[in-house]
Amino acid sequence: MTLDEIKIGGLGASRRRVEDNRFIRGTGNYVDDVVLPGMLYMEILRSPLAHAKITSIDTSAAYAIPGVRMVMTGEMMAARNLAWMPTLSYDTQAVLATDKVRFQGQEVCAVIADDPYIARDGVEAIVVKYEPLPPVVNPEQALAPGAPLIRDDKVNQHDNVVFDWEVGDRDGTDQAFANADLISEIDMHYPRSHPSPIETCGSIADYDRATSKLTVYMTSQAPHIIRAAVSLVAEIPEHMIRIIAPDLGGGFGNKVPVYPGYVASILASILLERPVKWIEDKTSNLISTGFGRDVYLKGQMALRNDGKILAVRMHTDSDHGAFFSDAQPSKFKIGLMHSAFACYDIPSAHLTARGIYTNKAPGGVAYRCSFRVTEAMFFQERMVQAAADELGMDQAEFRRVNLVRDDDFPHRTPFGFLTDSGQYEKCLNMGLEAIGYEDFLAQKEEAKQRGRLLGIGISTMTEPLGAGNSREYDILGIKMFDSAELRVHMTGKAILRTGAKSQGQGHETTWAQIVAHELGIPAEDIVVEEGDTDTAPFGMGTYASRSTPVAGAAVSMVSRKIRAKARKIAAHLLEVSDEDIEWELGRFYVRGAQDRGVTIQECAMAAYSNVPDGMEPGLENNAYYDPPNLTWPFACYIATVEVDPETGVWDVLRVVAVDDCGVRINPMIVEGQIMGGLTEAYAMANMQFITFDEAGNCVGSNYMDYLLPTAWETPGFELHEVVTPCPHHPIGAKGIGECATVGGPAAFVNAVMDALKGTGVRNIDMPLLPDRVYEALQTGQNISGAPPVRTDG
Amino acid sequence: MTSLFEEVAVTTDDNVAVTRVNVRVNGERRAADVEPRLLLAHLLRNGFRLTGTHTGCDTTNCGACTVLLDGQPVKSCTVFAVQANNHDVTTVEGLATASELHPIQEGFKDEHGLQCGFCTPGMMLSAKALLDENPDPTEDEVRWALSGNLCRCTGYQNIVKAVLWAAQKMRGDAPPQIEEEGN
Repeated sequence: MTLDEIKIGGLGASRRRVEDNRFIRGTGNYVDDVVLPGMLYMEILRSPLAHAKITSIDTSAAYAIPGVRMVMTGEMMAARNLAWMPTLSYDTQAVLATDKVRFQGQEVCAVIADDPYIARDGVEAIVVKYEPLPPVVNPEQALAPGAPLIRDDKVNQHDNVVFDWEVGDRDGTDQAFANADLISEIDMHYPRSHPSPIETCGSIADYDRATSKLTVYMTSQAPHIIRAAVSLVAEIPEHMIRIIAPDLGGGFGNKVPVYPGYVASILASILLERPVKWIEDKTSNLISTGFGRDVYLKGQMALRNDGKILAVRMHTDSDHGAFFSDAQPSKFKIGLMHSAFACYDIPSAHLTARGIYTNKAPGGVAYRCSFRVTEAMFFQERMVQAAADELGMDQAEFRRVNLVRDDDFPHRTPFGFLTDSGQYEKCLNMGLEAIGYEDFLAQKEEAKQRGRLLGIGISTMTEPLGAGNSREYDILGIKMFDSAELRVHMTGKAILRTGAKSQGQGHETTWAQIVAHELGIPAEDIVVEEGDTDTAPFGMGTYASRSTPVAGAAVSMVSRKIRAKARKIAAHLLEVSDEDIEWELGRFYVRGAQDRGVTIQECAMAAYSNVPDGMEPGLENNAYYDPPNLTWPFACYIATVEVDPETGVWDVLRVVAVDDCGVRINPMIVEGQIMGGLTEAYAMANMQFITFDEAGNCVGSNYMDYLLPTAWETPGFELHEVVTPCPHHPIGAKGIGECATVGGPAAFVNAVMDALKGTGVRNIDMPLLPDRVYEALQTGQNISGAPPVRTDG
Repeated sequence: MTSLFEEVAVTTDDNVAVTRVNVRVNGERRAADVEPRLLLAHLLRNGFRLTGTHTGCDTTNCGACTVLLDGQPVKSCTVFAVQANNHDVTTVEGLATASELHPIQEGFKDEHGLQCGFCTPGMMLSAKALLDENPDPTEDEVRWALSGNLCRCTGYQNIVKAVLWAAQKMRGDAPPQIEEEGN
């Protein structure tokens, strides 16, 4: 009797989610739901100005309000050496401002009170006097001669440059450009955006004087990194710090960095010896926490007349805001921007990257993204379309000419990554067939005769997910492995813990499926726990689509360790030697006598009641997994649109997605991830951006100004799948969470630009707001830069 | 709950004027002495410990805090608690009975209509208000009815399917089958 893997909720089962049972009842446990005895509430006073010297802070009126317990200032923090904290990228960031404020929304004071209303009253009562300084709101201003120095707090900082970095083959690229038939050039801006999970950031710090133990409930995608950071910043021994990330109301990269509010709540709890809760409001979240993107590109492509790409040159200027506080692998200053063009066979490439300080909130977090791959793939696919147009070549055919072929793996990418698997052309063809490519082109021509503008956009890309192998990937020196710990109880039920942290991805469901696949224990018999640093094994957390590639692999590996021990127990129970034992899902049997066997559950019972002589009792283990390489999913996204020339409004007609993320653990959840990602892609292309006025005021500080798509605007999605297993992942899976957000935007923008072909407009920077599209149509000019502070004049 | 009437103090300062609020929450009579400025969302969450009502944006945009006030969806982050005086409030905790989930809850689970779960309570209550008025909505009608509730995870397609699933089940015609896939 062989177990049916789908029936036990193993690999490939669209198992309904375990975590839903509490979420649909409203009994999830998010940070703001946690109430501790004697808890106080903290609210933060933020700077109204983008750049100003603080001349005085008067907190007396706040202290006069009944119920206000304490007002913390930068000076108080400085007295405890906590005014500044290290960031995850070797920079420093102000916790509470001491000398000057460097962006609008920067943390200036924190009020702790009996309830959140009183805390807010306290914030209103503080009087801060500022001496305004000239604000620097974009890289152009930051690099201009005589620009105000933003980071005058740093000893050796004499300009507004965070870093200068380069990668690739400069000479080879120069040579290829010298021999090119055609050079295609395009400049672009990937606008600043905010991951904006519906739940904001927050924490509850609870310092217990009696035990010296600090417990912090926190909205963190990476609680173990936070524990290490808190230990370093607050000088509390690591074993005396417990970080608990409860249910997270979305993360998308926003909940990776260490924020000043966390640190302030911790100090407040230590000083007041009471639990202190800090929950951001939406405006605070939007104006002060981890932005994504904000990168300017100068892109060049050397081409041969037959369509072959000979070389690529990229230069990026990234706007990091006032502090370089996003987490990037320490070797790669502009993240994995150099993963661009990984799916194309291109002999050489060169990238120069410059990071720039401005008077804006710290940005550059990996918003549903592996460290800048979202920008990389967008730039790549826009450059590809521009090049095809300039060659006068069909955009699908141009891709076909340049895509890496199935028999060419492992393949060295133009910037030096090693891709290992994929069926790129098959995905492209599947997408084209699904959308009805030839028919659409005919329809488009016909519509054009009647003055209607139809367009089709393609985006094909492979991206590096699952950072990463310890040779290359670390954050602050900590290698980016991940972990799993599995305890099988005597009745064959089990508890699994990992170093990852779900924020909607459904780990409680899918990790159990991996164990079910490896051990034959039904998924419903396995409980999954994450997010508590006192109980979970050390891991780097969940972002950059790394959970399945890294922690998921660790789940496989720990299950295999359990199986190896269970095999010995099975041999003992069946009274044969180890070598005579065979495995089938959930059961060991004697080779040649399949009916003589023991189940994994029987082995579990024996592990606690009847172990062979000399064997350690129990059935539990852990695994730390250091992946040999990144995983390389491939995607082909195709969108068709109609642009209204009278208004500049564009409607999505259809969206086809072909994703190859290797083996799918839970197809239902994978599809959910893809649809969520496509929606963010559509949002980026259509409406979602945060910009600033000339004074540095954030003009996307709430959901009335920062537009997120609703059910009404969001188009429907047609999903297709190709499966090329990852050759090095234990179950052949690849990352998927961010693919559609990364690859999707270019499909929409390429579609609109395709509709505008022949008008002289080569580029409109995102978001393609109706007024920008309309203006481009009227003037025949490119529209670039971040509105309303436009860099083009 | 045995007591039909309870008092919950939601302010700690004796000098602050408070107002008595009587509300029927999920069919039970509750009362509290509150500051006039207290928001309904905070009364439900902090006063009554019904934390299924989430606050997302504080500006009536995201809809995570949606509850039903006399059957109509309202965003409880911009309703004062005192405005709910002598009214009926339904929160997510009032959807299921002890033994049975509401079809909307079943639909959200079956159709994978949620990921992080933060928007889900508000989304389900907006869906309930729709289905109470219109038991057989089209996809467009569902999308329009939910357009005051933001979701960052799902892309809405499965949420729409979940609501249509529930509608079908509530109408009683051809009840949808939950697929047996490793449940």
